[in-house]
Amino acid sequence: MAKLTMVQAINLALAQEMEQDPTVLVLGEDIGRDGGVFRVTDGLLEKFGSERVLDTPLAESAILGTSIGMAMAGLRPVCEMQFCGFSYLMMGQFEAHATRMRARTHGQITLPLVVRMPYGGGVRALEHHSESREAMWAHLPGAKVVLPSGPRNARALLAAAIRDPDPVVFMEPKHSYRAFREEVPDEPETMPIGKAQVVQPGTDLTLVSWGAMMRPTLKAAAEVAEKRGASLEIIDMLTIAPLDAHTVTESVRRTGRCVVVQEAARSFGPSSEITALINDKVFLHLEAPVARVTGYDVVTPYFGREKHYIPSAGRVARAIEQTLDF
Amino acid sequence: MPRKPVAKFSVDHLQVLDEKGVVDAKLDPNLPDERLLEMYRWMRLARELDERMLKLQRQGRLGTFPPNTGHEAVSVPVAMAMGPKDWFVGAFRETGGRLVRGEPLTSPLYYYNGWEEGNILPDPALRLTPISVVIGCQVPHAVGLAFASRYLKEDAVAVCFIGDGGTSEGDFHEGLNFAAVWKAPVVTIVQNNQWAISIPRSAQSASQTMAQKGVAFGMPCLQVDGNDPLAMWVAINEALDHARSGKGPTLIEAVTYRLMMHTTADDPKKYRDEAEEKCAWEKEPLIRFRAYLGARGLWDDAKEAALAAAVKDQVEQAVRTFETPNDWADDTAFDHVYGTDHPHLHEQRAEFLANVRFDGGKEADHG
Ligand SMILES: Cc1ncc(C[n+]2csc(CCOP(=O)(O)OP(=O)(O)O)c2C)c(N)n1
Ligand SMILES: [Mg+2]
Repeated sequence: MAKLTMVQAINLALAQEMEQDPTVLVLGEDIGRDGGVFRVTDGLLEKFGSERVLDTPLAESAILGTSIGMAMAGLRPVCEMQFCGFSYLMMGQFEAHATRMRARTHGQITLPLVVRMPYGGGVRALEHHSESREAMWAHLPGAKVVLPSGPRNARALLAAAIRDPDPVVFMEPKHSYRAFREEVPDEPETMPIGKAQVVQPGTDLTLVSWGAMMRPTLKAAAEVAEKRGASLEIIDMLTIAPLDAHTVTESVRRTGRCVVVQEAARSFGPSSEITALINDKVFLHLEAPVARVTGYDVVTPYFGREKHYIPSAGRVARAIEQTLDF
Repeated sequence: MPRKPVAKFSVDHLQVLDEKGVVDAKLDPNLPDERLLEMYRWMRLARELDERMLKLQRQGRLGTFPPNTGHEAVSVPVAMAMGPKDWFVGAFRETGGRLVRGEPLTSPLYYYNGWEEGNILPDPALRLTPISVVIGCQVPHAVGLAFASRYLKEDAVAVCFIGDGGTSEGDFHEGLNFAAVWKAPVVTIVQNNQWAISIPRSAQSASQTMAQKGVAFGMPCLQVDGNDPLAMWVAINEALDHARSGKGPTLIEAVTYRLMMHTTADDPKKYRDEAEEKCAWEKEPLIRFRAYLGARGLWDDAKEAALAAAVKDQVEQAVRTFETPNDWADDTAFDHVYGTDHPHLHEQRAEFLANVRFDGGKEADHG
């Protein structure tokens, strides 16, 4: 057990998976000698050599395209998009091939690859470095989309993603990269992809979030619980696609109230999907409309204005109280 | 059916001023004194701004930015050679050229401190496109601008900048191919500063030169010493003339060096040799240009001191304006999503404003 940041925990998962499986390799821009612009891949080049840690030319479409070829041949590439804002340059490859190869060939060709990318705001970064666009990937059947929220689950989920038989988009909340540490076991550990986690049981209201938004969500929950003595159940989705509807709906069946917290713009995001699923499955158990705390449907403003656009703990707390009082 | 060569090509390298500022008299464009001095002043101003921005960033008064030091001889002469109708399509290492084009000194300060206001030009007729953060996207834009200018009979040329790393992106290749097929009046300048963050030129492309990539698309190309403002002047004028006479695009590789870190968030010690940097500092553009101006009797230490004080003052004034508290609204993001009105955005704006009031203007807590 060591107390690790998320950056160190992801690095540990990569190193251990590479150690135990010679078909695992990593590729991307500046991931070798530089260790990645966030140092997530630091030390891998020294440990595994340049045949398995590939500093590529600057071309996202080719990074994914070659990963697809490698995966077809039986390797397990883990490629990095330097920021999710640059991943759209490979979206053609992703939609046309990564998500479809299994269905296209009735399972004869499969693509066990991972695309890692830092996402999200709050780090005073330039344009294209602050978005939260998990919905764009989650909309594509065939793509698994995982968003860890802390060092321990990041490590375990990345290990699982690397061993997974399908393409996994692994979105790392860069705001949480170094924000806090957690105990991470030395021995390899995995968590199931496609399974949400109840991180705090409760009876009055269900709070649902994922990724970087887990922090303000937990903070708001603690505030409201103390202020009102409310018993809040908190669910960390961890995977957005395929979505674990069961864990959410079974919780809401008991609590009758739900607040979903999403960093991304409101429309057409996971919060819409979660709300629809609650409506489908447990509508008659609802005591209040499902509330959503989300980003707004605007082009992400530069960081001078950013702080008001990212859901804050205060906003989440107000939504919880309003839903309790409905 | 013998095997025989069907195509041959060669790529020229152009240098007018060497590292010591010695000029090749046969190649010297013999610019009027006033133009030479103007060129030097712009380069000096760009350097001053860059150095000041680095200090501001280190003091926490500015966000992350990509220093431009060492690149002044590429974009300044290019912008000076361009006409008012031409389009300047930048990446993010052309501060000097942008200033020449008419961007205020405050713009990069606002921009790199997280304000879209840094993109707003005093006049859209400056034909200066916003900084292009996503590498490569600007190349096809420039080709489209060039096509449109011919279509609209404006006789304008689009001039596009991209880095050595950027030449690996699909958009670079797709854009240049369109340019050549359409014979579009566009000039593409690859600022080959030897590095793309940590990736050296040698690992970016196996081509002997970046310039020769133009050959593949069927356009003239030239490699230029990008630390030599006179060579850049000669090259860009040739390319602009070529484009204006309807002959189509040109690719120019400007060989320079990224003297500083990639951005202020980067640490080059992790991946490159300090000896290499030291060596590159000896070839930087200001030293040789100053020597040339001195040899022409246009420059001396007193003039240098006066200019240093003047650019310092200019930048200082811009910093003061930049740091004057602004009253820009929090909700401008709602003003510019669409050109048409949509009720759901009204609703969300009201919600946003209520939330801002509720958070009481204090730093919102995102955990
Ligand atoms: C499409 C895209 N991918 C990745 C990045 C991240 N990034 C920013 S600058 C850069 C290197 C650029 O190198 P080069 O083109 O040589 O320009 P230079 O920075 O040297 O001026 C990278 C990888 C980006 N901005 N856009
Ligand atoms: Mg470069």
